[in-house]
Amino acid sequence: MDLTRLEINRRTALLTSAAIAANVINPMRAFAQETPRKGGVFNVHYGAEQRQLNPSIQASTGVYIISGKIQENLVDLDANGQPVGVLAESWEASPDGKMVTFKLRKGITWHDGKPFTSADVEFTAMNMWKKILNYGSTLQLFLTAVETPDAQTAIFKYERPMPLNLLLRALPDLGYVSAKHLYESGDIRQNPTNLAPVGTGPFKFVKYERGQYVIADRNENYWRPNAPYLDRIVWRVITDRSAAAAQMEAGELHYSPFSGLTLSDLARLSKDKRFIVSTKGNEGNARTNTLEFNFRRKELSDIRVRRAIAHAINVPFFIENFLGDFAKLGTGPIPSTSTDFYPGPNTPQYPYDKAKAAALLDEAGFKAARGGTRFSLRLLPAPWGEDISLWSTFIQQSLGEIGIPVEIVRNDGGGFLKQVYDEHAFDLATGWHQYRNDPAVSTTVWYRSGQPKGAPWTNQWGWEDKNVDKTIDDAATEVDPAKRKALYAQFVKEVNTELPVWMPIEQIFVTTITAKARNHSNTPRWGSTSWHDLWLSA
Amino acid sequence: MRILSLAGRRLAASIPTLILILIGVFLLLQFAPGDTVDAMMAQMGGGDAATAKELRKFYGLDLSIPAQLGNYLWRLVRLDLGFSSIYGKPVASVILERLPPTILLMTASLSFAFFFGLVFGVIAARVVNRWPDTLISTLGLIFYATPSFWFGLMAIVVFSVYLQWLPPGGFEDIGTVRTGIWRALDIASHLVLPTLTLGLIFLAIYLRIMRASMLEVLNLDYVRTARAKGLDETRVVTRHVLRNALLPMVTLIGLQAGTMLGGSVVVESVFSLPGLGRLAYESVVQRDLNTLLGIVFVSALLVITVNFIVDLIYARLDPRITAEG
Repeated sequence: MDLTRLEINRRTALLTSAAIAANVINPMRAFAQETPRKGGVFNVHYGAEQRQLNPSIQASTGVYIISGKIQENLVDLDANGQPVGVLAESWEASPDGKMVTFKLRKGITWHDGKPFTSADVEFTAMNMWKKILNYGSTLQLFLTAVETPDAQTAIFKYERPMPLNLLLRALPDLGYVSAKHLYESGDIRQNPTNLAPVGTGPFKFVKYERGQYVIADRNENYWRPNAPYLDRIVWRVITDRSAAAAQMEAGELHYSPFSGLTLSDLARLSKDKRFIVSTKGNEGNARTNTLEFNFRRKELSDIRVRRAIAHAINVPFFIENFLGDFAKLGTGPIPSTSTDFYPGPNTPQYPYDKAKAAALLDEAGFKAARGGTRFSLRLLPAPWGEDISLWSTFIQQSLGEIGIPVEIVRNDGGGFLKQVYDEHAFDLATGWHQYRNDPAVSTTVWYRSGQPKGAPWTNQWGWEDKNVDKTIDDAATEVDPAKRKALYAQFVKEVNTELPVWMPIEQIFVTTITAKARNHSNTPRWGSTSWHDLWLSA
Repeated sequence: MRILSLAGRRLAASIPTLILILIGVFLLLQFAPGDTVDAMMAQMGGGDAATAKELRKFYGLDLSIPAQLGNYLWRLVRLDLGFSSIYGKPVASVILERLPPTILLMTASLSFAFFFGLVFGVIAARVVNRWPDTLISTLGLIFYATPSFWFGLMAIVVFSVYLQWLPPGGFEDIGTVRTGIWRALDIASHLVLPTLTLGLIFLAIYLRIMRASMLEVLNLDYVRTARAKGLDETRVVTRHVLRNALLPMVTLIGLQAGTMLGGSVVVESVFSLPGLGRLAYESVVQRDLNTLLGIVFVSALLVITVNFIVDLIYARLDPRITAEG
C-alpha cells in the first residue's frame, strides 16, 4: 500500500475534520429571535441538468431541487422525519391495508388559476406514478384504482395490503402531483409542461435557459399564510465543481446541494465563516457504498471468498483517512439514519482481519500460487463520485495484499449500468445504494431474486435465496409497523450472513450554504422540499 | 468566376468526407457500452425494466443498428437533424441556441491569439536571441504548457473572487434585463476571462510560428535587395517580410478552427458557458446520438467554411496560388 500518500491524506483529513465537526454540531446557530425578512434572490448550484423537470414522472434529486419548489407532494417529512401533510390534510388506512383514504386541502389553486382537486391526484397516480415514475411503478404495482367521491377525497385501492408507513415514507419522493388539465391529452413524456412545470408550490416557474439557468418567482397566491419569503430563486447550471466553489466564494451562489463540490473544497469552505458546510438536512438522502459480487465467477460464489474479501479491507482506516466526517462505518443495507427500520449494529459484521481473510481463502481451496497470487478480479467502479473512485483504489490495494490482484475498469454512467446490470461483465462492482426512507422503496430490490435483466441497482448478481425472498415479500405487505420492523431486522441479518452485496460505509450528502440563510436544512430532505419558509438575512 | 469554381470543387470534395465522418461517429458510439436509456437511468437514480423498455421504444432504440443508421442518413438527406433525446426538441434548434456563444468565444480568442502572436512574434524575431526574445519565448512556452482548466480557475480566483472585477461565469447577467449596447457590454465582460484562457494557449503557438517564419523570410534574397535599395527596417518588415511570413499563420488558423471547437469543452465547463463543446460532451455521456451527430455535422461545416476562407486569403496574400489553382 502506498503509505506516503495515505499519510498526507490523513493529515489533511484530520485538520479539516475538526473544522467540519464544529459546523455539524451547531449548523443552525440559533437565530430564533430574528424577524424573518421578505425578499431577496436565492442562487442555487445546479450541477447536472435533467432531461425534464416533472417530479411526477422522474424521481431524482436533480428534479426535486428545482420542481420541489414549484410542484408539491401529498405528504412530506417533518423535522423529526415523520410524515406531515402538504396537499393532503389527513389520511387513514383500512384495517386490511387495501384502502388508503387521503383528505385533500381546500382552496388550493394551480399556478394557472385552475383549482386543485382529487381528480388531479387520481390522474397523476394512475397515469404517472403507476406507469412512468421510476420506483413509483414498483411502489404502486398493486394499485388498482383511485376513487374520488368528492373534490377533496382520494381513495387509493390496492390489490394487496399496502403498509401505511411504507406509503407515507415513499410519498415525499414519489407523491408529487401534476395538473390533470395540462396532461390529459397527448403523450405525457413529450408534454411541454415537463420543461415549464406548473404546480401549486410557493414558487412559479418563469424561465429555463438550457445550459444556463432556471428562474422561479414567488407565488403571490400560495396557500400557506405569509409564505414564501424569497422573491426569486435562480438555479445556475455549473458543471465544473471547482468553478462552483469559486462562484460560492465570489457570492454568485448561495447554496450547493447534494455534495456538489469537491471533497477538498468542502473541507476548505467549512473553515470559512461565510458558509455552513454540513450533512444536516440530508438525512433522508442516505446512501451506502457497496461492493457487489458476481456469483457467475466460481470463486465469488463461495461464501468464504466473499467473507475473506470483506475481512481484508480496513474500512475504518479508509473512512478516517479519505472521507473524514462525511461518512461513517456502515452495518448493512439499512443505514442508521433510518430510525424506523435500523436494526442496530448487532448483525453479522466483517471487521478487518487479514489473517482470517487468508485462512478463509486457503480453506476455500484458493491457495496462493508462486508469486503470492490466488486469482485475479475485475472491479467496475461507478462514476458517481470521488469517494467511489477512492474506495475502488483502496479495494484494489487491500485485495492485492491477500493475493488477489484487481484490475479497475472505469466507465461513464451509461456504460457502467450496461456492463454491470445488463451484460454482467464484472467480477466486483462498486457504487452507491440510495436508501429512500423505507427499505421497500429502493433497497430490497438489491436482494430480491427475479429482477429483470438490465434493471439498474437491482439483484443482478446471479444469487438467489428463498428465505431472503420470503422475508422481503412478507415485509412489503405487512401492515403492522412493529412486525414490519422485525422482518427488516431479520432481512438485514440474512443478507449480512450471505453477503451477496457488502455495504460497509454510510454516507449522507453534504450541503454548502451561505451563513445568511435562515430556516434551512430543517427537514431530512430539505434540498428537495418547497423552501416556503426559507429566508435570507440582510 | 475562378473563385466560384474553386468553391464548388471544395464543397463537392467535402461532402463524401462529411458522410464518412458521420458514419464513423455513429459506429464509434455504438461501441460505447450503454445507450441513452442507460444514461438516463443513471441520471434518474434508477427505474424498472418495463420503464426502460418503453423508453427504448420511445427513442427508437428498438430498431437494428443498420436500420437506425439508414434512418439517420435518410433524414439528413432531407436536412433533418433529428430529435435530441436529452433536450426533447429538434437537434437543429438545440445547436442553433448553442452556436452564438461558441462562435463568439472562438472568434474572440482566435483573433486575440492571432493578433498578439503576430505582434510578439515580430518583436521576438527582430531582437532574436536578446532578452526580449528570450522573455517572450519563455512566457509562450509556459502558457502553452499550462492546462487550460487551471488557467481558468486561477483567473476566476484572482479576478472574480479577490479583485471582483469580472464575473466568474455564465454568458450574461440573469438578475437584470439589459438591451442593446448594455447587453453587448455585459456579454463582453463575461467573455473576457474565457477568451484569455482559451487564447493564451493558442497565442504561444502563433507566436512561435510567426517568429520562425519571420526569421526565415528575413534571410531571403529579396529582403537583402530591399535593404540594399535603402529602405528603412520598419518598411522592410511591414511591406516585404510580414506579408510572406503570414502564410503559415493563416494555414494554422484553418487547422485550429476545428481544435478550438473541441478545446472549448474545458473552458466552457469552467466558465459555465452554454457552448457547443459542453453540448458535445454531454451528448456523449448521455449517449444522445442525434445531438452528437448534429454537432459533428455543424462543426464539420464550420471547419470547411473556415478553410475555404483561408484559401481565399491565401490567394490574396500570394497571387501565385490562384494562378496555379
